[in-house]
Amino acid sequence: MHWGGSYFATRHWRIAVLAAAGLAAITGGAAEAQKKVIRSVPIGSLKIVDPIWTTAYITRNHAYMVWDTLFALDANNVPQPQMVDSWTVSDDKLTYTFKLRNGLKWHDDAPVRAADCVASLKRWAAKDGMGRALWEFVASIEAVDAASFKLALKQPVGFVLDALGKIDSNVPFMMPERIANTDPNTQITEVIGSGPFRFIKEEFVPGSKVVYEKFEGYVPRQEPASQAAGGKVVKVDRVESTYLPDAAVATGALAKGELDLLESPSDDLMRTVEKNPNVVIEPNDPLGYQLFLVINHLHPPFDKKEARQALMWGIKQTDYLAAIISDPKRYQACVAVFGCGGTNESRLGAEALSGFDPAKAKAMLTVAGYDGRSLVVMDPADNTILHPAALVTAQMLRRMGATVDLQAMDWSTLTQRRASKDPPGQVGWNLFVTNATLTGIGNPLLHTYIKNCEQAWYGWPCDKKIVDLTRQWALETDSAKRKAITDQLQQAHMENVSYIPLGQYRSIIAYRKELTGLIRAPSLFYWNIEKR
Amino acid sequence: MYGYVARRILATLPVLGIVAVVVFAILHLSPGDPAALIAGDQATPQQIAEVRNKLGLDRPLYQQFAVWLSSLASGDLGVSIFSNQPVTRLLAQRMEPTISLTITTTIVMVLLAVPIGVIAAWRADTWIDHAVMSLAVLGFSLPIFVVAYLLIYGLAMTWDVFPVQGYTPLREGIGAWANHLVLPSLTLGLSFMALIARITRASMLEVLSQDYIRTARSKGLGPRQLLIDHALANAAVPIVTIIGVGVALLLGGVVVTESVFAIPGIGRLVVDAILTRDYPVIQGVLLIFSGVYVLLNLMIDLLYVVLDPRIRY
Repeated sequence: MHWGGSYFATRHWRIAVLAAAGLAAITGGAAEAQKKVIRSVPIGSLKIVDPIWTTAYITRNHAYMVWDTLFALDANNVPQPQMVDSWTVSDDKLTYTFKLRNGLKWHDDAPVRAADCVASLKRWAAKDGMGRALWEFVASIEAVDAASFKLALKQPVGFVLDALGKIDSNVPFMMPERIANTDPNTQITEVIGSGPFRFIKEEFVPGSKVVYEKFEGYVPRQEPASQAAGGKVVKVDRVESTYLPDAAVATGALAKGELDLLESPSDDLMRTVEKNPNVVIEPNDPLGYQLFLVINHLHPPFDKKEARQALMWGIKQTDYLAAIISDPKRYQACVAVFGCGGTNESRLGAEALSGFDPAKAKAMLTVAGYDGRSLVVMDPADNTILHPAALVTAQMLRRMGATVDLQAMDWSTLTQRRASKDPPGQVGWNLFVTNATLTGIGNPLLHTYIKNCEQAWYGWPCDKKIVDLTRQWALETDSAKRKAITDQLQQAHMENVSYIPLGQYRSIIAYRKELTGLIRAPSLFYWNIEKR
Repeated sequence: MYGYVARRILATLPVLGIVAVVVFAILHLSPGDPAALIAGDQATPQQIAEVRNKLGLDRPLYQQFAVWLSSLASGDLGVSIFSNQPVTRLLAQRMEPTISLTITTTIVMVLLAVPIGVIAAWRADTWIDHAVMSLAVLGFSLPIFVVAYLLIYGLAMTWDVFPVQGYTPLREGIGAWANHLVLPSLTLGLSFMALIARITRASMLEVLSQDYIRTARSKGLGPRQLLIDHALANAAVPIVTIIGVGVALLLGGVVVTESVFAIPGIGRLVVDAILTRDYPVIQGVLLIFSGVYVLLNLMIDLLYVVLDPRIRY
C-alpha cells in the first residue's frame, strides 16, 4: 500500500511537472511568437566583427547595429550630432570641444565616457584614410571631464565634422576604452557598443548567422531618423540576419514569406517576384555605386597619358551599365570623379569620356605608340557586377584594335594580383574594373582610388598637381572656394586620366510588405522599421 | 582482430600527415591574399602589409608550416584569419547540421536504394528493371543543384509542403528539424541512391544465379524469404562497401547542398574559407574530412567480418 501510494504520489508529481513544463513551453512559445522578428539576408557573410580592422561593408553594416557615432550624415549628406549633444569651435578654429548626450550607456550598462571616445578616435585614425588625413593636423585630443573632450588642431581644416560623421568605411564608431585600446591591427574580441541593438554572441555563427536584439537602454535622439542621423528608434525585438549564398533560394524564401528582407537581391531574379503583391522591390541607397576602370600607369602603353586618353574616347558608359543592371532607370552615365548627385559633383574636362569615338580612340592609341602587345585585363569571374564589366572592357579594347588577354580569376586572386607592379606579361596587369559607393568617393579625401603619387591606390597614378590640389581642399574652410578646387581636381584627373569613371548605378532591396519605415541609406539600418 | 584495428588506426597517421603537407602546400602556393580582403579595398599597401605581418602570413612557408604543425600536435587546429575564432569552435558550431544531413541522407538512400535494387534484380529484364535502372541513371546524371531547384520548386514553392531553406537545430524540436532536412536529404540522397541501387542489382543478380538459390526456390521458399534471408544476406558485402563509399562521397555533396539550402554546416564553412583564403579553416576541415574518410573505410572493413564470418583479419 505504501508502495502504491508512493507510486501514485510520484506519478501525480510527474504529471504536474510535465504539465507545468508543457504550459511553460506553450506560453514561452507564444511569447516567442509575439516577438517582432525581422529575418533578413545581408549583403554578405559576416565573419569579421571589428569595423576598424576591416573596411568590408558587411562589417560596417553590422557595426551600425551595435555601435553609435559622434556625428552622422543626414539625408542631405550633412553631418549631424548623434552621440554628441553640443560642440563648440574656438575663434581661431583650432579647438573643438564636444559634449556627449546624457544617458548614453554601453550594452553592459556602464556609462559612455569621453575617455572612451578619445580612445575610439585614436584607434580609428590609425586605420582610416580620412582619419589619417585628419590626424596629420591634430595636435592633441583629451577628455576634459566624464562627458566632454577636446580636439586641438595644428592649423584650421575644413573637414573635422565630415570625418567624424563619415558613413563609409571605416566609420568612427565609439567603443568602450578597454576595447578601443586594442591594437588597430588586431581584431577586437568583445562586441559591446552603445548602439540601438545588442549583438547576441551566443547565437553568432561566423559566416552564416548573426542575431541582434533591441537594446532597451538606448536613448534615441528626438529628431526623426534621416539616413544615419536622427532618432534611432527600434520598433522590433530582434533581427536575425542569415547569409544565403544562393540568390534563387533566397528569392523563393522571400516570396513564400520565410524571409522578410533581402539586402542585396539578385537583379535578374527580381523579375520572378516583381508581380508578387506581398513583395516590395526598390532602390535603397540614394546615390548608389560608381563603376570605374583602374589603369596601370607603370607599364606601356598606359604609362603614356595619350594612351590613357585614347581609352576615354573608346568608352561608352552605357555599354557597361546596361551589362550589369537590367533596369535603365537605375543607372546613369556620369563623368564626375566624385560622383553625380553629391556635393562635390563636377563634370569639367570630360569631353573625351562623353564623346565616344572608337575610330579616334584607335588612332590615338596607335599614335601613343601601342605596339600590338597583349593587354592584360583582370576578370573577377565570381563577381556578378565586375565580370560583365571586364567583358565589356575586353570588347572595347578589341574595337580599338588592341590585342586582349582577358584573364579570369576569382576576386580573392585579383586582390593579390592588383598589388603587383611587375610587367603585364609576368604577374602584372594593365586594366581592371571595380566599384565603390558614392558616399565612399564623395570628396577628395575620401576617394582612395584617385589618390596620386605616394598615396596612390593600385594603378599608381602620379601627378603632383593633384596632390597639391587635394591638400588645398583639405585645408580650405570656405565652401565656395572648396567647390572651385573640386572643379580643378576634376579637370586634373580627366587630363592625366588617374582612372576612368564608367557611370553609376543604384542597387535594390526587396522586402515583404509587412515591413514599413525603411530608411534610404547606403547601409541598411534596422531602426525605424516596423513589422505589422 | 584488435591488432588489425590498431594497425589500421596507426596507419591513418602517415595518411593524415601526407594530407596535411599536400593541403598546406596547395593552399599556400595558390594565388589569393586574405590580408588584402581583410584590410579592404581602400587600404594602402602598407596597411595590407601590416595585417599580413600581424597574421604571420609574411613569414617563410616552412615557418608557417612548422607553427601550424606544432599547434596540430597539441590538438589545436589554429584560429580563423577572418573571424578570429578557434577552428575547433567553428567546426563544433557547424558539426550538427552536417552530421544531421549525412545521417538523414544515408537513411533516405539506403531505404530507397536497396529495395529498388533488389526488386530490379528480382524482375531482371522486365519493364520494372528497365524503369528502375533508367531512373537510377537519371538520378546519378542530374547535378545536385538541379535536383535541389526542382524539389524546391515543386515541394516548397508550388505545394508548400516543406520550407525553402534553412536549418532548425534538433534541440528546437524534432519535427522542425526533420521538416527542414527532408528536401536537402532527398536532393543529396537521390544521386547516391542511383549508385547504390545499381550495385545492389548487380550483386543480387550474381547471387540469384547461384545453385543454393535454385535449391531454396525448389524447396518452396517464398520470394520474401528467398530475397532477403538468402540472397540479400550473401550480396551484402559489395552493397555495404558502396554504401560506405556513398557516405564518404556525401561529404563532397554536402558542400553544394548546404549552399543551396542555406544549411550552416561544414560544407558551407569550407566553401567560404576557400573563397576568402582562410587557410587555418581550410586546413582544419580537410584534415578532419580525410580522418573521417579513413575511419569510414576502417568501419566498412570491420563490417565485412560481421556480414561474412569467413572473412578474418
